[in-house]
Amino acid sequence: MSSVTYREACRQALRDALQRDPRVFLMGEDVGRYGGCFAVSMGLLDEFGPERIRDTPLSESAFVGAGIGAALGGMRPIVEIMTVNFSLLALDQILNNAATLLHMSGGQCNVPLVIRMATGGGRQVGAQHSHSLEGWYAHIPGLRILTPATVEDARGMLWPALEDPDPVLIFEHASLYGASAELSDDAGPVDLTRAALRRPGSDVTLVAYGGTVRVALEAAEALASQGIDAEVIDLRTLRPLDDETIVHSVRRTHRAVIVDEAWRSGSISAEIAARIMELAFFDLDEPVARVCSAEVPMPYARQLEDAALPSAPDVVAAAQRVCHG
Amino acid sequence: MSTSVHDEALALLRDMVRVRRFEERCVELYSAAKIRGFLHLYVGEEAVAAGVMRALAPDDAVVATYREHGHALLRGVSARSIMAEMYGKLEGCSHGRGGSMHLFDVAHRFYGGNAIVGGGLPVAVGLALAEQMQTTGRVVACFFGEGTVAEGEFHESMNLAALWRLPVVFCCENNLYAMGTALARSESETDIALKASSYEMPAWPVDGMDVLAVRDAARHAVEAVRGGGGPHLLELRTYRFRAHSMYDPDLYRDKAEVARWKERDPIPALIQQAQIAQDDVDGIESDAKAEIDDAVAFAEQGTDEPVADLTRFVTSEIGRT
Repeated sequence: MSSVTYREACRQALRDALQRDPRVFLMGEDVGRYGGCFAVSMGLLDEFGPERIRDTPLSESAFVGAGIGAALGGMRPIVEIMTVNFSLLALDQILNNAATLLHMSGGQCNVPLVIRMATGGGRQVGAQHSHSLEGWYAHIPGLRILTPATVEDARGMLWPALEDPDPVLIFEHASLYGASAELSDDAGPVDLTRAALRRPGSDVTLVAYGGTVRVALEAAEALASQGIDAEVIDLRTLRPLDDETIVHSVRRTHRAVIVDEAWRSGSISAEIAARIMELAFFDLDEPVARVCSAEVPMPYARQLEDAALPSAPDVVAAAQRVCHG
Repeated sequence: MSTSVHDEALALLRDMVRVRRFEERCVELYSAAKIRGFLHLYVGEEAVAAGVMRALAPDDAVVATYREHGHALLRGVSARSIMAEMYGKLEGCSHGRGGSMHLFDVAHRFYGGNAIVGGGLPVAVGLALAEQMQTTGRVVACFFGEGTVAEGEFHESMNLAALWRLPVVFCCENNLYAMGTALARSESETDIALKASSYEMPAWPVDGMDVLAVRDAARHAVEAVRGGGGPHLLELRTYRFRAHSMYDPDLYRDKAEVARWKERDPIPALIQQAQIAQDDVDGIESDAKAEIDDAVAFAEQGTDEPVADLTRFVTSEIGRT
């Protein structure tokens, strides 16, 4: 075991994939000489060369589409987009091609492409670099949406994503890159199919993913001191959702709070709440509660951004409401 | 004219006639409600696909637009499977999932059938990147209309392809109208070859109504691209004789303009230029009719995909690779 940052875990995963499969290459803005805008790919250019660590122009649509074409042509591209806000410039390629070609071609054109991007707020970088749009992408059939919340998942999700014959989007929460945790020296691929129980509990289920997992865990600690035993589920994969793990937990706790850094309206939290209602309505003692971001473009000023984002006290308050009415 | 030159002219005529008659049959079938949805016809533009396809090797890749029946047919996708696709049948080249605008046939390296203007260009760039990285020596031909040059994806793709010297031939089918909008009404600079040249890409205009000129230009470009010369762009100046789609009342074009272009119909032009005998023309026509009759009969006999299979191929059924 050694202490590893989330950023280092992402880099280890990239290095491992590049070593394992000669078809794998990384391309995106500033992934090479700069070392990645979050320094994830630092050093990989020297190790693997400019053919496999490709700096691209600021052309999100072209290089994402090129990733799709390269995948169709037999390669296993990893495309890095700096932030989820920039991915909107490539939305045509992601939705109309990556997610669609297989079905539209009658099963001929699978697209084994991995797109990584940073998501989320908390860094005072304003409204065009801070949003959480992974829930939007989870709306789209044909995509797999991954949200690594731990160092272990940052290390372990990339390889199974590359083994997937279909497009996979990995959302790395930007505020996690500097976070450290112990990681086994032989850490490797992880199972993508199941949500993870990050903290067992019996009184209320806190459903979180990506950047909100640590918020939920912090809230669970605070709740414990108040005699409320919270269970924390890390969804890990937003599409396809692991309904079973969520419902299994809610059947035991009878209460649920969903913690989602996206805006509330039309969010993945709304989808999860709907599924709990569909699958476990009669197991609920209280309506499902949600803690989401304020429905505003993310502001720069620290106190405003803090107020806009889901916080542990917000989660504690929501859990208290569903536990004590 | 030598025998081989004459034989090639016959082959090009055959290609164009097959496409022309296929499209005309599609109109009849659309009127008979056998084909639904959008239907974009290539009538008048046949010399472009015919000339370019002759220059490609069988394992080169093609990316086309939603006006792509002719491209698919001339790449070797069978008339049967194209017509069955129009009918929405399981035997169609996209299993009936795509329709007229989304013909795919990976066995023939035919990657659509793309109905987002400009959306096929980045994909073609990526296919070319895969060829380059795997040093296959293969090239990619990417067809798109002149309306595409207003899209950001055109400029992003020109730049990326030229920057990385990728083996792709961009074939701009300039039929003068983006649906109903004339090029001069939508572009501050209407010289498309000049736009490509500004990305340091060899590019030149070609008479797209002259199939021999198209073939020669395409051979030159494909050879240069295959030899490592980086991407090339051909601006193929052509005209569609019919409306944009079956929904289009064609109110934006002067009838006299359409008539003038019809005088340059590439099919009679080639017959005259290559001095093709009437017997040969008749033979080609009769073969085309037989092929299309057979395709229609095949499509009529096609099977409907069971509704239970609706959600197949949202994700792959093949194993992890």
